[in-house]
Amino acid sequence: MTGNVPKRRGSFLWYNFCHDPMAVVSVGVLILLLFGAVLAVWIAPQNPFDPASLNLMNSFYPPVWMEGGQLSHVLGTDDQGRDLFSAILYGTRVSLIVGMGAVTLSVIVGVSIGLLAGYAGGWTEALLMRAADVQLTVPAILIALMIDGFARAALPSAVHEDIVLYVLIFSIGIADWPQYARVVRSATLRERVAGYVAAARVIGVAPAAIVLRHIVPNVITPVLVLAALGLALAVIAEATLSFLGVGMPATTPSLGTLIRVGNDYLFSGEWWIILFPSLTLVLLALSVNVLGDWMRAALSPRLR
Amino acid sequence: MALMSLIAFLLFNYVGDPVNNMVGQEASFQDRQELRSRLGLDDPFIVQFGRFIGNAVRGDFGISYRMQRPVEELIIQRLPATLELVLVSALLANIMGIPLGIFTAIRRNSWLSRLLLTASLVGVSLPTFVIGIGLIYLFSVSLGWLPSFGRGETVEIGWWTTGILTLAGLKALILPALTLGLFQMTFIQRLVRAEMIEVLESDHIRTARAMGISRTLVNYKYALRSTLLPVITIIGLKLGELIAFSIVTETVFQWPGIGLLFIQAVSFADIPVMAAYLVMVAFVFVFISLVIDVLYYLVDPRLRAVGSGGLS
Repeated sequence: MTGNVPKRRGSFLWYNFCHDPMAVVSVGVLILLLFGAVLAVWIAPQNPFDPASLNLMNSFYPPVWMEGGQLSHVLGTDDQGRDLFSAILYGTRVSLIVGMGAVTLSVIVGVSIGLLAGYAGGWTEALLMRAADVQLTVPAILIALMIDGFARAALPSAVHEDIVLYVLIFSIGIADWPQYARVVRSATLRERVAGYVAAARVIGVAPAAIVLRHIVPNVITPVLVLAALGLALAVIAEATLSFLGVGMPATTPSLGTLIRVGNDYLFSGEWWIILFPSLTLVLLALSVNVLGDWMRAALSPRLR
Repeated sequence: MALMSLIAFLLFNYVGDPVNNMVGQEASFQDRQELRSRLGLDDPFIVQFGRFIGNAVRGDFGISYRMQRPVEELIIQRLPATLELVLVSALLANIMGIPLGIFTAIRRNSWLSRLLLTASLVGVSLPTFVIGIGLIYLFSVSLGWLPSFGRGETVEIGWWTTGILTLAGLKALILPALTLGLFQMTFIQRLVRAEMIEVLESDHIRTARAMGISRTLVNYKYALRSTLLPVITIIGLKLGELIAFSIVTETVFQWPGIGLLFIQAVSFADIPVMAAYLVMVAFVFVFISLVIDVLYYLVDPRLRAVGSGGLS
């Protein structure tokens, strides 16, 4: 790993990675954000989800370096006296949970459907891919809005508030499966006729085992790249829904909810309430995108 | 796709109680019943659904539960605002995105195209609403140059109200259109670049170059043409996305279009408005894919030679 001529694929990737400063920086930022989100309970000076810890007297403190700022609230406080630094740590956690959950869901659904369509062929393939095409024409955000609106209307609001996280994961995740299905299907079509698959079939390996043990490892690389880029999109989609007021409620805010709250105070001069959550969101999306872009260039140059 | 929106109507129709949302806490049971029967909510489900389809074909989507006015009236009143916004930002995105994509593909290694590429990565990472808020803060709050909400002054031409003809209307249009178009622009730029690089490396371009045809001609006549084919499809699909994201932009700028109407309808469970919006959006999508197919036919001579149509 020390600048030798790269021999194996792993060390080639490492070499490539070390020579792309943007990728290194974005991984650094991501690790920082991830740590902040995972360790929020221990790092955050205040639990912003707990109404008892909030004090209205503390509202609208500016950041610490400005006049009137408090050392205990580094980035200032919002309208309810919520410490912004803590709220952002917790909010990043919510955003990441929804984003990762949604991507996991769409990868599982998309890869399964893609494998099924590619390996089974025939009318199964035609039907599944047709469905993918139809869904692809409808923008993901609209699908998510529809599902979320449906859940909102169908469930009593108390129940809805408890499961809103899962509703969001489902509605964002389910909107995104077609692109994984398409990539996996076309890769599966290529692999299906390869010699090793024919060999496995000849010695009597069950179809399910062929697909899972032999084909999946060969088609998964482009999925990883798409998933990385998909994570950025999912985080943005969650923030957008929350911003529109159909996502996370103000009691368990995500970054999008924080931005929505802050938007009300933009005109009255409390700019920090909206600036810091927005910066965090953009930083998160940007570093994931940079990393995904690097992965695309390094792993599968043909994928766009 | 029209079918899908009807399924959506089915779903929405089953859930939520619009009467509860419309009348206050104090309304008596009698009042509620009266309102129910007036809105036709007491009828069996099949009757309601049949009535919905029958009316929808005639362009009648019923009465908005919240505003107590015919839905089609509301939509027609607000449609011009959204269409203007979407078309202007689509124009903006294409006029800027395509040349930028071509430039970054042809001069792949110049510092300017690297800068543009990095900038486009930032553009893809910026959520629409953050762009909108940022623009408002910069141009409305800090500089005070442009209005931050509404359409400004509008002129009526028949039933169509337009903001393009007045100065105030144009000024009000700039920020929302930029907001909506920026994401699309960066996306189109990256797409055109990727496609064009692939085309530039293909055999027919190499042959053309080897034959000594001038670079400009090769780039703009032969390469550009093969590039635009897949780009048209995706830009068309993205037009649908513009309509969807106009919901976000209209919320940020309080733009009185149908996106704002829809999001307000969602929070009030105003089913007729939601259903009408979905049917209309589905119609727009079908229309767009039709236009794409026709454009394909015009751009790709191979399809004309086959001539049998039947592409999708």
